[in-house]
Amino acid sequence: MSSSVAAKPSTAPPAAPAGRAERSLVSRVLGRPEIGALAAAIVIFAFFFAVAEPFRTLPALATVLYASSTIGIVAVGVALLMIGGEFDLSAGVAVTTAALASAMICYQFSLNMWVGVVVSLLIALAVGCLNGYLVMRTGIPSFLITLSTFFILQGINLGVTKLVTGTVATPNTSAIDGFASAKAVFASDIDLGFITLKVTVLWWLLFVAVGTWLLLRTRTGNWITAVGGNQASARAVGVPVRATKIGLFMGVSFLAWFLGMHLLFNFSTVQAGLGVGNEFIYIIAAVVGGALLTGGYGSAVGSALGAFIFGMTTQGIVYAGWDPNWFRAFLGVMLLLAVLVNLYIKNYAAQRR
Amino acid sequence: MTDTIAEHAAHDLKAGTPLVEMEGVGKSYGAIRALEGINLTVNAGEVACVLGDNGAGKSTLIKIISGLHGHTEGTLRVDGQERKFSSPRESLDAGIATVYQDLAVVGLMEVWRNFFLGSEIRKGKYPMAPLDIKAMREVADAELQKMGIVVKDINQPIGTLSGGQRQCVAIARAVYFGARVLILDEPTAALGVKQSGVVLKYTAAARDAGLGVVFITHNPHHAYLVGDHFIILKLGRRVLDKKRSEVSLEELTTEMAGGQELAELSHELKR
Repeated sequence: MSSSVAAKPSTAPPAAPAGRAERSLVSRVLGRPEIGALAAAIVIFAFFFAVAEPFRTLPALATVLYASSTIGIVAVGVALLMIGGEFDLSAGVAVTTAALASAMICYQFSLNMWVGVVVSLLIALAVGCLNGYLVMRTGIPSFLITLSTFFILQGINLGVTKLVTGTVATPNTSAIDGFASAKAVFASDIDLGFITLKVTVLWWLLFVAVGTWLLLRTRTGNWITAVGGNQASARAVGVPVRATKIGLFMGVSFLAWFLGMHLLFNFSTVQAGLGVGNEFIYIIAAVVGGALLTGGYGSAVGSALGAFIFGMTTQGIVYAGWDPNWFRAFLGVMLLLAVLVNLYIKNYAAQRR
Repeated sequence: MTDTIAEHAAHDLKAGTPLVEMEGVGKSYGAIRALEGINLTVNAGEVACVLGDNGAGKSTLIKIISGLHGHTEGTLRVDGQERKFSSPRESLDAGIATVYQDLAVVGLMEVWRNFFLGSEIRKGKYPMAPLDIKAMREVADAELQKMGIVVKDINQPIGTLSGGQRQCVAIARAVYFGARVLILDEPTAALGVKQSGVVLKYTAAARDAGLGVVFITHNPHHAYLVGDHFIILKLGRRVLDKKRSEVSLEELTTEMAGGQELAELSHELKR
C-alpha cells in the first residue's frame, strides 16, 4: 500500500439520488466555529461606535488594530494548539523570555542585534519543543507541564535579568548595531496614505492567513484537527501524533518570540516581569473565536476576531472615558458567553441530520 | 459493491498464500500476560475469525498486528518476513488495515477528511503541498455511493452519520487504500440486524477479492456466516482452533458460551 495515492481519473460521479440535498446556507454558516465571535465583534464595534465619539476616527481604528495584533499574533498559534487538543500556559512569559534573551545577549557581548534575534528564536523553539516533548513523552496534561514551564520561565526572566543587569529591566538597546534594521521588520510604522498602521497589524493578518491555510488546505491541518478530535483514532490511521503536537507547541513559541521581538524593538528596553497573565488572554481570544477547550474544533480567523474584540474593548473603554478596571469584568463575561455559544455550536455541528 | 473491492484489491494476491503468520506470539504488560502462545495464519482469500469473551485477549491480538503495541514473545511474519511493528504507520505500509469498533473516525471532521485521514491526496510532494480537496471530495463521495452509503453532504461532520454508516466508511476507506489484510474489530457489535448484514456481505466480498480478513467478534452466528477458520480465545489462551470443515455452529456457540464451564454451571443450578 502506498501512502500517497494518485488521484484516480474521475469517472463522472453518479447522479445524486433522491433525498440527497446540499446542506442549507444557514446550516453551513451556523456550523462555522467563528460565527459567534463575528456576531460579537460586530455588536461591540457598533456599541463603541455609538457611545464613544473618539472611537469613530481612523487613528483610533489604527490603535485598536495595534492592540488587537499584540494579542492576535500569539493567539493564532494558541488557537491551532487548542484545536490540536493542548494548552500552553507559558506563552505569555515566553514572549518576555525571548525579548530579554535577545537584548541581554547583544548588550553583554556587544553583538549585532540580529544575532540576538536568531539566538532568542532558537531558545524559544527549544522551550516549545521541550513543552511538546514532555507532554507527549509523559502523557501528563499540557496544562500541568506548561504551568511548570510558566513558573520556570517567570523565575528565570527575573532572576537572570537581576543577575546580569542588577535591575529588573534590560539596558536600552537602541544604539546597538542592527537595531534600526530589526526595528524596521518588527516594529515600524506603515503609512497607507489614509491610515498609519503598526507593522505588527500586517504581520498579524499574514499569520492568520497562513494559519487558516495550514488548517484547512494542508495535510498538516488535517492532522492537527484529527489529533485534537480523537488522538487514538488519528494514531491508528497513521497520523504522526507526536510530531504534530510538538510542532504545534513550537508554533506557539515561534509566535511568542515574534511578539517578544516586537516589544524589544518598539520600546528599546524590556521589563523582566512582563507577560504574566497574557497566556490567559491568548486562550480566551482563541475560545471566543470558537476553539473548543477539548480540542478538535476551532479556527485561526476566530482567534483573530477574539483578539479584535479585546483590542476594541481595551481601547473602547478608554475612548468612552470609563474606568479601565471594568475591562477584567468584561473579559469574564465574554468568556462565559463564548463558552455557551461554543457549546451550542458544537452540539449543532454534531447533531444527526 | 463487489466492484469497489475488486477494483482496489491488490492484484498479486493468490488465494491460500499466507499473508500474516503468528507463531507462539504473546504479550505481557508488566507482570500481566494478556496473551500467550497464539498461532494464527491469515491466508489470502480467507476469513480468520477470532472469537472470545470480554478480556479474552482479542484486542491485544489486533493491537499487535496493527502496530499499536509490539509483541513480547514469539514471531510475527508478514509476507514471509519477520516483523515487529512499532507504529500503526508501519503496519499500514505493510498492507494491513484495521477498522476499529470505537476509534474508527474523528467525529467533528468532515466525511471526506475522515476518509482520507493519514493518506491525504496532495497537489505535489513538497512538505507544505496543498490538499487536492476537490479530488478527495469526489473520490470519497463516489466510493461511498458504490457501497450504498448515501450521505446528505460529503462535507458534513462524520459524527452526524449513524453508527453503521460510520463503520462502513471506515471499511471502505481501508479497502480503498489497497489493504491486503483487513482486520475488523467487532464490526457488527454496535449495529442492527440489517446493517450487520451489510457489513458481513462486505466482509465476504473482501474475501472473494483475495484479501486476507481477520474478523474479530463475540458473535459466533456472524462468524460462522463468513469464516474459514475459527479461533476462540479465553483469558489470553487459545481454547479452540479449527477449520470450517472441522467445526459446527453448535460447537462454536457452546464453546463461546463457556463450554465445559457452562455444563458444570448448568449441573450446579439444576432444579
